[in-house]
Amino acid sequence: MATSGGTSKDREEPTGGEQSSAEASGPATEEQRAAGGETPEAGEVEQAAETETAAAPEGGTRLSPTRERSGMFGVRGSGDTSGFGGLRLPGYAPAPAERPYGGWFDQLADDLAEALDERGVARSAVRQITIDRGEITFYVERERIAEVCRTLRDAPELRFELLSGVSGVDYTAPDGADVHQPLHVVYQLLSMTWRRRIRLEVALDPADPHLPSVVGVYPTADWHERETWDMFGVIFDGHPALTRILMPDDWAGHPQRKDYPLGGIPVEYKGAEIPPPDERRAYS
Amino acid sequence: MSTTDPYAAEPRETTEGTVYTVTGGDWDALMDSVATDEHDDRIVINMGPQHPSTHGVLRLVLELEGETVTQARSVIGYLHTGIEKNCEYRTWTQGVTFVTRMDYLAPLFNEAAYCLGVEKLLEVEVPRRAQLIRVLLMEINRIGSHLVCLATGGMELGALTGMTAGFREREEVLHLLEYLTGLRMNHAYIRPGGLSQDLPEDWKSKVLDFVKVMHSRLPDYDKLLTGQPIWKQRLQGVGYLPVDGCLALGATGPILRSAGLPWDQRKVEPYSGYEEFEFEVPTETAGDCYARYLLRVAEMRESLRIIEQACEKIEPGPVMVPDRKIAWPAQLSIGSDGMGNSLEHVRKIMGQSMESLIHHFKLVTEGFHVPPGQVYSAVESPRGELGYHLVSDGGTRPVRVHVRDPSFVNLQCMPAMSEGGMVADVIAAVASIDPVMGGVDR
Repeated sequence: MATSGGTSKDREEPTGGEQSSAEASGPATEEQRAAGGETPEAGEVEQAAETETAAAPEGGTRLSPTRERSGMFGVRGSGDTSGFGGLRLPGYAPAPAERPYGGWFDQLADDLAEALDERGVARSAVRQITIDRGEITFYVERERIAEVCRTLRDAPELRFELLSGVSGVDYTAPDGADVHQPLHVVYQLLSMTWRRRIRLEVALDPADPHLPSVVGVYPTADWHERETWDMFGVIFDGHPALTRILMPDDWAGHPQRKDYPLGGIPVEYKGAEIPPPDERRAYS
Repeated sequence: MSTTDPYAAEPRETTEGTVYTVTGGDWDALMDSVATDEHDDRIVINMGPQHPSTHGVLRLVLELEGETVTQARSVIGYLHTGIEKNCEYRTWTQGVTFVTRMDYLAPLFNEAAYCLGVEKLLEVEVPRRAQLIRVLLMEINRIGSHLVCLATGGMELGALTGMTAGFREREEVLHLLEYLTGLRMNHAYIRPGGLSQDLPEDWKSKVLDFVKVMHSRLPDYDKLLTGQPIWKQRLQGVGYLPVDGCLALGATGPILRSAGLPWDQRKVEPYSGYEEFEFEVPTETAGDCYARYLLRVAEMRESLRIIEQACEKIEPGPVMVPDRKIAWPAQLSIGSDGMGNSLEHVRKIMGQSMESLIHHFKLVTEGFHVPPGQVYSAVESPRGELGYHLVSDGGTRPVRVHVRDPSFVNLQCMPAMSEGGMVADVIAAVASIDPVMGGVDR
């Protein structure tokens, strides 16, 4: 969050100090809620996202611009067209869904928009809605993720009682192309009342990997958020004790980041040397 | 603090105070030797990670007042193997051999959940025979997993006969799975698009023999444990967690059902053809360790029902999708150097069709391309909701494989179940959660 951004950008620095305590993030959240309440977006959730795009292009209806495939037959910088130079696909940028979504998705999106209004959360908290393979994903503003979660849990027409999990995804493009906010935090929610599953996703800048913790809404997020901090270096402001969980306490770096090496060594097999998996030639 | 053990650690000073090492039988001597103003009744003890009662490499830090636990924390990560990261550097098919090693007591559930996710990304429908064989194998596996839970849980609580009986029956499960899939554990038998190969010819008689054996052995558990006064006294009213606590802490599986909510993925979100099967979802309302024990025994009976039905339903047919862009050859045979592709297939790719050879080589080394997108696929593992979050960027390897392992989530309930209880009840609570550290730490 903005209030605590300057203190713990260093990935090696363990958190759990003042910067991630509830006191630090509480007032800021209040501020944002007030700000959001003052300028409520009028339109539909997805339209709100579109108007925001016009105002701030980098905010984007699409979280990232579509990137082009490079390598192999479109290879640049070398004469190699064999593919052994490495065919690299761009990172994945999901397309926003268009009305009608079909099934229960339309009703859910409307219910969520109304529930957000009732609780004074701006509709622009949802930046994009994507429907893919029968699953709906809400891309949420990072400052509002806790409020959106609380709304989803408490509103009677939504009732997402169970947070199945929180994890991170590093969308950094393998070819080094510039990706806007490649660090994503993904929340899998389950409504047992309505037998529905949805996914929330928050995009973050690796230079400022802060977002509010949802432990206050879903206590089960405690370990999930610790794991996401451990593996991706995402700092959940307001988490009661954001410490490493799987890696040793004094570990440096966050292993699930794409720039973190696997640490394998070449292996000799029947006279040939086989490089470690992350240094083998890649087809994708 | 023992004068008898020359190798015991000396007391040492830390910022938290003096740390003593107790080696057994010397508690009173220690308490007498420490001046009373240096200690109150509150002590912090560390159990594990190498402790026979902590269900694997789980470390428990308990704050005690006398025999009462005032605070409990679990420390995990001792079995972290970086499987999720490794999957990102292997093809989608190779990922199966990794994920099967996570929750090593339920390997086929890992494989099935992962493959269901990949198939959802690929938008392919697995042949009916493969779906039903998956169900059959998962239910056999569920019995094996619950047996280990009863066996190790019994051992941790001192019911050693429960352990020997449980592991005896589990051996039957492992023998059967070895016959069906080729391996006792870590099968890598389920593969994106279907199965790695078909079942052996006389699978049905072997499975039905197993069902017969289990029907004869399961009543032993009722005789041995269910009505046994010591077992009941150790478990009843211990490790209590009501429904709201379960939901807040994310607990699923037997823990949630023991509190009264009949939430079972097989019923509420059927996958792999479970909607065709007739079975009950056993529930209890006590929400304690004994209820969880009863549930596991009842679930084994239901699994036997499903296995019997699966034997009826499975009909001859393909076990791999027809799409050759995805399907690895599923007709395997035993050669002089072990299991490999069938001679027919080898003859074709080596002698008859250059294109087949190229295709086979590309499919195995490069892998198949999975359209970009992300899915979450969940199955009901013996411990609860086992979910796979898979992300693809259109390449032949995953961008992200995240596992929502039920052991990881359920283990968070340990403090809620144990705080305020006795030290011995912590063991019962952890045993009733049945965490598998391979799944917790991944």
